[in-house]
Amino acid sequence: MAAHEQDVEQLVAEREYEAGFVTDLESDTVAPGLDEDVIRFISNKKDEPQWMLDWRLEAFRQWKQMKMPTWPHLHYPPIDFQKISYYSAPKSAADKPKSLDEVDPKLLETYEKLGIPLREQEMLAGVEGAQYPTSGSNVAVDAVFDSVSVATTFKDKLADAGVIFCSISEAIREYPELVKKHLGTVVPRGDNFFAALNSAVFTDGSFVLIPKGVRCPMELSTYFRINAENTGQFERTLIVAEEGSHVSYLEGCTAPQRDENQLHAAVVELVAEDDAEIKYSTVQNWYPGDENGKGGIYNFVTKRGDCRGDRSKISWTQVETGSAITWKYPSCVLNGDNSVGEFYSVAVTRGMQQADTGTKMIHVGKNTKSTIIAKGISAARGEQAYRGLVKILPSATNARNFTQCDSLLIGDKCGAHTFPYVESKNSTAKLEHEATTSKIGEDQMFYCQQRGLSEEDAVSLIVNGFCKDVFKELPMEFAVEAQKLLNVTLENAVG
Amino acid sequence: MISIKNLHAEVEGKPILRGVDLEIPDGEVHAIMGPNGSGKSTLASILAGREEYEVTQGSVTYKGQELLEMDADERACEGVFLGFQYPVEIPGVSNLYLLRAALNARRKYRGEPEIDAVDFMQMAQEKIGHVGMSMEMAKRGVNEDFSGGEKKRNEIFQMLMLEPNLAILDETDSGLDIDALKVVSDGINRLRSPERSVVLVTHYKRLLEHCVPDRIHVLYQGQIVRSGGPELADTLEAEGYANLETDEAAATS
Ligand SMILES: Nc1ncnc2c1ncn2[C@@H]1O[C@H](COP(=O)(O)OP(=O)(O)O)[C@@H](O)[C@H]1O
Ligand SMILES: [Mg+2]
Repeated sequence: MAAHEQDVEQLVAEREYEAGFVTDLESDTVAPGLDEDVIRFISNKKDEPQWMLDWRLEAFRQWKQMKMPTWPHLHYPPIDFQKISYYSAPKSAADKPKSLDEVDPKLLETYEKLGIPLREQEMLAGVEGAQYPTSGSNVAVDAVFDSVSVATTFKDKLADAGVIFCSISEAIREYPELVKKHLGTVVPRGDNFFAALNSAVFTDGSFVLIPKGVRCPMELSTYFRINAENTGQFERTLIVAEEGSHVSYLEGCTAPQRDENQLHAAVVELVAEDDAEIKYSTVQNWYPGDENGKGGIYNFVTKRGDCRGDRSKISWTQVETGSAITWKYPSCVLNGDNSVGEFYSVAVTRGMQQADTGTKMIHVGKNTKSTIIAKGISAARGEQAYRGLVKILPSATNARNFTQCDSLLIGDKCGAHTFPYVESKNSTAKLEHEATTSKIGEDQMFYCQQRGLSEEDAVSLIVNGFCKDVFKELPMEFAVEAQKLLNVTLENAVG
Repeated sequence: MISIKNLHAEVEGKPILRGVDLEIPDGEVHAIMGPNGSGKSTLASILAGREEYEVTQGSVTYKGQELLEMDADERACEGVFLGFQYPVEIPGVSNLYLLRAALNARRKYRGEPEIDAVDFMQMAQEKIGHVGMSMEMAKRGVNEDFSGGEKKRNEIFQMLMLEPNLAILDETDSGLDIDALKVVSDGINRLRSPERSVVLVTHYKRLLEHCVPDRIHVLYQGQIVRSGGPELADTLEAEGYANLETDEAAATS
């Protein structure tokens, strides 16, 4: 049966937001505030070469000249960047664990509570024949815990294939030339306020390189969460797919409950060379804050993929259920001829959550194609905006775009806004745009309830149906997770 | 099975049912006829638990319980089924998925384990054949892009899968061609048994020729103005509802 039908059991199981706890690993945290010394401290902590420090300092200089963007459809108090601590690492990480036995048991316990695939101890340990429970496929996990990678698995198998999958800090030390060559080439240091901040202070993240002609033998997965109180989280991810290679990358996260707004400003850069394909899937579940929006995560993310080579392809699939504030536009720059960009998104806002999200598809090469399917769900007093830009440059002969934005409203205090921008500088371009806004109908609800479903189950059934076009783009195990998450998120959304 | 006493209901302050009395014993099939707007769908919806109608007076007992005090899903789990006059579309949710969720909701209600996936598929395969639909259609979105006739067949398919104690079919025969009508009436006859009762809301004698009812009632302006045996359908066919005004005057005086 399809992923969509497969989860009847899961739909009802596990209904609580279980991520609300804080692990008390001793943190090695720098005092709040940001200046050049803090950047030097971070760079020094990470044993970075001089060029990396210089790169950060230049980003910091640019950032100081910049202002926070005010155009998003979001409302929040000003952020005091001097009140944030820019470095935090679990103490035990100073002495990097060589195996699972050496990993802090508290950390393993945390993963256990989160119910993430890491709990599959066998799989984590790389035991021969260990299977991922729902699909039998292999998943490699690079767990980023409070800014520092503490557990990396499947290294050997990946190494056999020539795949590099490690923390960005490790990559800076071990593969400086590769990092130097690609870092900042997709998202330049001065790209925007949050990207500049990230470039100055990023503490960890993943680096992936798939060599020419290699199909990555397993899905690569990073699970990370914010842990130390009041610590900003600045992830930096760089994925390079060389000519003819293929990789599927999964990113998922949950965050513990806490009382102060937390800033999260990640940067993700993807590079796809000729005939290469990158599939990047995200299930995002940062703590959204309480009913009044207090304590939630501020999530300002810059994600961009460069389809640099001809016939290359980059797909972003995201399920966004968390954060108090989400500001995020995974984008594709379609430089190569015949390259393809895709964006599939489900965004949920409830309580006081706000999301301003969407995508940009920049068509540069000939015969480039992009597809955008964005599903927005608003409940309670949730507010969201879809913001999409499709830009066709004069060079992009025969470019094609298909955009579909659907909004689903649950209740009448929430809102959905759509801002599609199109700039076409080539008359051969063909662009299609469809948009719908609907409310979960009384008729649909009554139909389901008359068949015996509880109100809650009826909502999740209808919502899952609404999201099907996006869920079917997710890898199986992620699709099931995403549905579960959606159900938990929309619990008590009606009435 | 069900006993309706002096039921009054209104929507947005407008009275629609004005004192309905109806008894349906176990195992019987009753037809409700009457002109458009007389309140047939309203009565069906109220029995199924739709909340937009306000019951202002009267009571309904179903299998000895106060039906009006139960939520719609609870009534469904207790065996009340409504075949909708206008079945809705639920895009992206397959018919089978909804049915499995519905069956499992009943099982959970009765404290039974969930239905085995293989058993479920076998059951669906068997019953879909009874309504002349394919499994391909059953896998499609709930009523998504179904024709009018397909939607009605699908209601009967659901009824056969859910095996209700009280099936209320609201104009399930309207707009059907001869073949589809046969499918619908066969489906109803298949369900007939001493422990099940059926309410057929219909405008047409032809359904009642295939599924001969025990009683026929005429609902007019929110009241049952006439009841009789199967032969009442012939009278109505011959005379129409024209004489009901006088009947009603007689009934209320
Ligand atoms: N939701 C509603 N809001 C307003 N009026 C309604 C509603 N539902 C039914 N009615 C009115 O109630 C009366 C009875 O309708 P209905 O029960 O659908 O009749 P029937 O099924 O016998 O044709 C009609 O006048 C109809 O317009
Ligand atoms: Mg009607």
